[in-house]
This record gives sequence, C-alpha cells and structure tokens, in this order.
Amino acid sequence: MSTAMTQGLLYGGIVLAGIVAPFAFPEYTFQFALLWIMILFALTWDILGGQMGYNSLGNIFFFGAGMYLCAVTQIGLYYDVAEYTAAFGAVKVDFTMGQYMLGLGLGMLAAALGSVVLALFFGRIVFGLRGPYFAIGTLGVALAAGELMGTWEYVGGGGGISLPVYPGDPDDRALLYYILCFVAAILTFAFLRWLYGTRFGLALNAIRDDEEKAEAMGIHTTRYKTVAWGVAAFFLGISGAVFGNMTGFIEPLEVAFPTTTFGIFMVLMVLLGGKGTLWGPVIGATLFHVIKEVTWTYLLGWQWITLGALIIVNVIYFQQGIMGWARDKWPERFGVVVDRRTTISSRDEEAAS
Amino acid sequence: MSAPVIEVKGVSKSYGGVVANRDISLSVAEGRITGLIGPNGSGKTTLFNSIAGYHPIDSGSIRFLGNEIKDLNVQKIARLGLVRTFQQTRIYAKMDCTRNMLISIPHREAVWRDMFADYDAKDLERAERLLEFVGLYAKRKLPAGSLSFGQQKLLEFAMALMNEPKVLMLDEPTAGINPTLINGLIDRLQRANKEFGITLFIIEHNMRVIMNMAEHIYCLAHGELLADGPPEKIQNDRRVIDAYLGAH
Amino acid sequence: MLDNLSLLGQAPVLNIQLLLDGLFIGATFVLAAYGLALVWGVMNVKNLAQGDFVILGGYIAVTMAEWGLHPILGLPLVIVMMFGFGWLVYRAVISRVIDRDLFTSLLATFGLAIVMAQTMNLIFGPEVVAAESGLKTRSMFDGMVTVAEIKAISLLLAAVLATIVIIFMKKSRMGQAIRATAQDARAARVMGIDTDRVYAFTYALNSAICGAAGVLISLIWVIQPYFGITHSIRSFVIVTAAGFGNLPGVIMAGFGLGFAEQYSGFVLGAEFQQATVVALLVLILVVRQIQQARHRQVVR
Repeated sequence: MSTAMTQGLLYGGIVLAGIVAPFAFPEYTFQFALLWIMILFALTWDILGGQMGYNSLGNIFFFGAGMYLCAVTQIGLYYDVAEYTAAFGAVKVDFTMGQYMLGLGLGMLAAALGSVVLALFFGRIVFGLRGPYFAIGTLGVALAAGELMGTWEYVGGGGGISLPVYPGDPDDRALLYYILCFVAAILTFAFLRWLYGTRFGLALNAIRDDEEKAEAMGIHTTRYKTVAWGVAAFFLGISGAVFGNMTGFIEPLEVAFPTTTFGIFMVLMVLLGGKGTLWGPVIGATLFHVIKEVTWTYLLGWQWITLGALIIVNVIYFQQGIMGWARDKWPERFGVVVDRRTTISSRDEEAAS
Repeated sequence: MSAPVIEVKGVSKSYGGVVANRDISLSVAEGRITGLIGPNGSGKTTLFNSIAGYHPIDSGSIRFLGNEIKDLNVQKIARLGLVRTFQQTRIYAKMDCTRNMLISIPHREAVWRDMFADYDAKDLERAERLLEFVGLYAKRKLPAGSLSFGQQKLLEFAMALMNEPKVLMLDEPTAGINPTLINGLIDRLQRANKEFGITLFIIEHNMRVIMNMAEHIYCLAHGELLADGPPEKIQNDRRVIDAYLGAH
Repeated sequence: MLDNLSLLGQAPVLNIQLLLDGLFIGATFVLAAYGLALVWGVMNVKNLAQGDFVILGGYIAVTMAEWGLHPILGLPLVIVMMFGFGWLVYRAVISRVIDRDLFTSLLATFGLAIVMAQTMNLIFGPEVVAAESGLKTRSMFDGMVTVAEIKAISLLLAAVLATIVIIFMKKSRMGQAIRATAQDARAARVMGIDTDRVYAFTYALNSAICGAAGVLISLIWVIQPYFGITHSIRSFVIVTAAGFGNLPGVIMAGFGLGFAEQYSGFVLGAEFQQATVVALLVLILVVRQIQQARHRQVVR
C-alpha cells in the first residue's frame, strides 16, 4: 500500500471515528469534545515547544483570553456586560436560537482575533527571553492574567461570569459543542500540516536548532516567532471560547487560566507523544486524556499527585516521547537516512563527490 | 585599487576593564582575499564580532559598502550581504544537509508572504550544486548533526555560499581540519573568491594557509593593529615574528 | 484607590505600619530567595518547588504547635527534618536532571511542586492556617501602629539564620567546596571535590532554609497548600532582580518586595496583593530584556 493511501485511510478513519463517536456513545460526548480540545492544546504547544524550541508554560493565557472575549461578546451584543456581571446571574438572559448562534459565532471570532492581537503584544514582552526565562516569563503572564482578571469587576472579578444558556435541547447543545471542538482540532491539524511543509516550518526548526546561527544568516527570527505565537493563540482562543460555553461558567483562576492543570497538561501530552512531530502531540493527547478519564475516579484523591509524579518520570526517563522513541528505532521510516558505513576514508570522500 | 567593502576606522571595544580592541583601522578590498592574524588574545574574534554586529562598539566607525553598520544588529548586517562563519562550527543539527542549505537562501528581499511559500526547484538545484561543490552531495539526506567535524565545517561554508554574500568573514576555517583535507578547503575558498566573486576576510592561525591565500594581511597584537601589508612583507616583519614568539 | 493613597498622605504613621509589616515578611522572602540563588548558582537548577518547601516547613510548624511544641523551639527540628527531606528529594529527582537541559530541570521541579502541593492538600486540607505564637501584640503611636512581638522575633531569627548560613559558606570546608563547585564544577572535581555530595548538600541546605522560612511565615502570616507557587515566584523575582552573588541586592530586593506587597494591598485592595508578585515578575523580566538589548544580548 502506498504512503498516500495509508495516509488517506488514516485521516479518513479518524474523521469517521470523530463523526460517529457522539452518536455511538452519547453519554461520553463531553469527554470526546474534551479530547479534541486536548489534541488542539498539544498541537498548539508543539508549535513553539517542539518545532521552535521555545518551551512556554503560559499558552493557557490565550485559552482564558479567548474564553473571556467570547463570553463578553456573547453577552455584550444584547445586554450591558457590567450590569450582567454585577447581578451575578440574576439577570435572566433569553436568547432566540438565531441570537445565540450569532453571539457564539461573533464571540468565537472575537476570541480568535483578540488572542492574535494579544500574542503580537505579549510577543514583544517575552521573546527577548530565552530558555527557562521564557518558560517562567510566559508562566508569569498567564498567572498575572488569572490574578488580574479576578480583580476586574467588569468581567465579574473573582466571582466570574456565567454564560448564556443554549436555547434548545441539552443533547443538541452537547452535540453542537462537540462538533465545534472536533472541527477546531481538525482545522488546527490541517493548518499545521500545511504550515510545517512550507519555508515557515524550516525556519522554525532552524530557530530551534541554533537561533544565533539563524540570526547570523539573516533570517527574520522575530517575525517567525511572533507569527508562530499568533497561530497558537488563534486556535487556543477558539478552544477557550468553546470550552467556556461547554462548562457554562467562567472563573478566572480555575476555569479560564488553570496554569497548573490544563496549562501543564499541554506540555506533558506533547512530551509523552513526542515533540517536534505532527502526530506526536495527537498521540500524546489521546493517550493522556483516555488514561486520565479512565483512571481518575479510581485514584481517589491521589490523581494530582500521580500527575505530578508522571511529569517527573516522563521528563527524566522518556522525554523523547513515543514518536521520538519510534524515530530512534526505525529512522528510515521517518525519512532520516542513516549512514551505516563504519569508516570514512578520504578516498571514499573523493569518490563520493 | 578597488573600493573597500569593509572600512573599519578607529574601533575600540572593552569588556569589563579589559581593552580587547584599541583604535583599530583597516579596510577590506572588494573581490580580494584579506587575512587577519595575530597571537591568541590579540582581539581578532572580538573585531569580527564587532563588525558582524554582536555587540556595540565603544568608539569608531564600521562601514560596509559605504553604509555605517555599527548600530545595526546581526540579522540586518547579514541581510546586507555580510555573512560570517563561526570558529565552533554552527549548523542546524537536527535537519538534514539539504534543508540546512534551503533555509540559508538569502532573506534580503523576503516579504511577509515569502514566509509561507514553498521552496522552488531552482533553490533545490542550487543547494545540491553547492553541496556537490564542497563534496557533501552524497550526504545530503543525512542529519547535519551526524556529520564529522570537518564535514560540518564544509557544510557551514556551503550554507554561507548559499546565502549569496558579498563578503564572507571566516573565523579560522581550517582549525580542527585534518591536514590532508586542508588543501581541498583552500581550493574551494579560492574558487568561491574567483568564480563567485565573493570577497573573503579570514582569521587564520595556519600561516602556510593564509600566506598563500591572502593578498593583504592585517596583524593584531594586544588589541592593537601591529602591521599590515602583502604576505611577503608581513612574513618578514620583525614585530610580527616577535608578537607570535612572545617577546613582548 | 485614591482614597487609600490620600490616607497615606494624611496619616503618615500608616506608612510606618506598612513598612514594618513589609520588613517582617520581607525577611522571610530574603531567606527563601537566598536558598534559590544557592541552588541556581551551584547546580543551575531553577527550583520551581521552592515555595512548596517553604509551605512544608510551615505545616511542620503548625503540626508541632498542635502537639504542644512551640514552633520557635521546634525550629531546629524543622531545619533538620527539612534538610533530610531535601537530601532525599535530591537523590530521587534532582540528581537525575542536573546534567540535562534547563527545561528538563524546570519541568521536573514543576512536577515536584505539584506533587508536594497536592500531597499537603491531601494531608492537611485546603484551609488557610497559621501557627499560634502565644505572644502579645504591642502598639505604638497611639495605637495606629501595631507590632506583634512574634514578628520582631521572626525578623531577629531570620537575621540569625542568614548570618549562620553566610558564616558557614565562608568558613566551613563544605561551604568552600560549594563555592568552588559553583565557580567551576569540572575544576572542583579535578581537585577531588565530590560534586555529587556538594549538590546533595546544597539542595538539602536550601530545603532547610526554606523550611525555616516556612516556620516563620506560619507564625507571622498564613499558609495554605497552594500558596507554594506564589512563594516560588517571589524568590524568582528577587533573584532575577538582584542577580546571583549579590547578597546585599537580595536583601534589598526581598524587603522591597515585602514593601511592595503591603503597599499594593493597602492602596489597591487585598485582591491585588497576589497579583503584585506576578506583575512584578513580568516587569522584572521586561526590564532585564531592555538592559540586555542595549548590549544586543538576550536574557538567557
């Protein structure tokens, strides 16, 4: 079977599974939707962490920003936001289906574009930092956002915002959000698949392998870094917008900017699956999410401790992840040509040129 | 005498009290091979780094093709056509040689849209021709990190050529290379100069190499310009000999 | 906010209250930051679990108080226990990430922070607690300024502890070995220093310092399992602002942070106090970038 055919079958199979899942197991629709969000998390983290070598601990910033932007748009289109948040849910929001969908659509757009703008702005702040400073700096931005949103009364402060309720059947609602998550994840994957094949992908890898060399060769490193973050922000913002509506209630530190949960999951999933590859994040996210959902209730209060321990173990012993391990075992399959000659004499070299 | 492509005037640079370069003036003529020699610690690499934009200089002026570049950063200077190679060879280790070459195309004219373009056949062909030029065509699919030290140096050289520079500054190009391979490298450097018309400015420790290649040589010692001139003059200059043997 | 600000102008004695409180709490920040600088400078490990060690020390103190042992008297015990704990953690986790890249050690300590915070949550529960000192509170300036005796004692203890550590680093064999390893690990090894033991000792020492700071914090402030990350950030802010070998800088930055938090809490409101620390982190990093950019360098 040719590679193109295997790829086609693989993609087709996944899309089909994605379409069938919520109908085959409707009780798990929320979990499936969350799975697609996890995949999106991993793919977007890998842009900077895996492909570009900039390990961010603060990508969750765009998730939360998108969430708030969407919520404010959804409410703000028809009501006064300040009044709404001040009333703590006492204001009854009554939307028609048309109004709701319009609000949701515009909200998602605002989330995506607003996050990109934030990425452009904060890029100036964090891209002069390297290595661990970049990680801590991005963590700081995400933490600060969570803390400061908690003080901003307009968006509900520490009390948060409750989102408008879907005016229809709850099952339809679950399906709608499943579809949105599914499509968002697929779009992210497709976009990145295209992107990594262009010069952009090469430039990102060059920055990862030796940024100073890339600068010395005249590459516009700042442009690439900023656009990469903008791409991640775009998709993360959308995921935040959708998730906010899925949970129905936004709280700044727990829901919008959960740095020590979702924020660190992003990193862990990619490390598990193999960073710097297209499928690594997907595999890592799927494995992580499935195992987590299955074992969560059995761990009885030890879940988070297990998670922390998993991070430590993974980082120490298995950092290359599944795809990295596969690459080491079967390099030719991944297009890496290994020179198996044991000696290179100058005669061989001359003959080879 | 052709117009100087690099003109350094009165450049000084200190690091925390140590004067690395003091009032250095030199010029690199277009289309020629110019050498920079001097014992260890004389400030050669500091001067290179100053010209390439790695740090601000304390005083003086540096002109490239007539433009003042002392306040420009590394990327801008590289895009103007002044490319340098490193003493500790730097390549993109995880990418294969061909991709190392492709990413090294000139970014001078690049607009935002170019970021998302594919590489065309012309670029690929040029990359392969240059890899062949340095004798690495057979290794083009190997990850650059798996190459030997000498091969990486050749790759770095090929990448620099790929960038279509006007001036190539080479920091000790023969250091660490197997003596039997040095002739091959010298030959390629000279061909790059003659056939591609690239001006070369080379820091070298290997006297045999630099005396044979360069048309004009500058000698630094203790951060200052000691002597300059054609190879025959430098070779016989008492001060240069003393500087290397440590009489000072 | 402006009302609070003008209040400071109208009643200058309030400033004294804020400065004193900032001083007392800042002293504990200085201790933790010194420990971080030690680990960072010697082993190049950016210990994100720093704050959790502090909180752990605090919880040991609270538990001792429940069993009738006054935390101040139990302080040496805490120091010994935390030292041992730090040694274990080094052997189990840190030793395996020392020679790896920086993100590995950062992520490993982050994982450690999560494990510690969650374990403490499981054992002690999520309530905010403090340890009873049983000491009085004195007031000055007609009752406008109150100073708890325990806070003054805490400042004294912090100073004593810091002095002991500094003398240790200067005079003892191990202290010298640590400083030698910090300067050049390879050279130290060549000279016969067992760098692995040095690293273990340094990390354990840091754990002990944090534990002591935690005891003081439990007496003069409050602790909670999830407060760890904020303390870690505080230490980072101080070390980044002051730089490594700069002990006077660390002291000033530590007190400065204490003042900043008190002032922001008073002028802007209590919700802003938490935000102050992270905001300062981002600010410090921006300032560092600007400084480095003048030399055409980046912050690495």
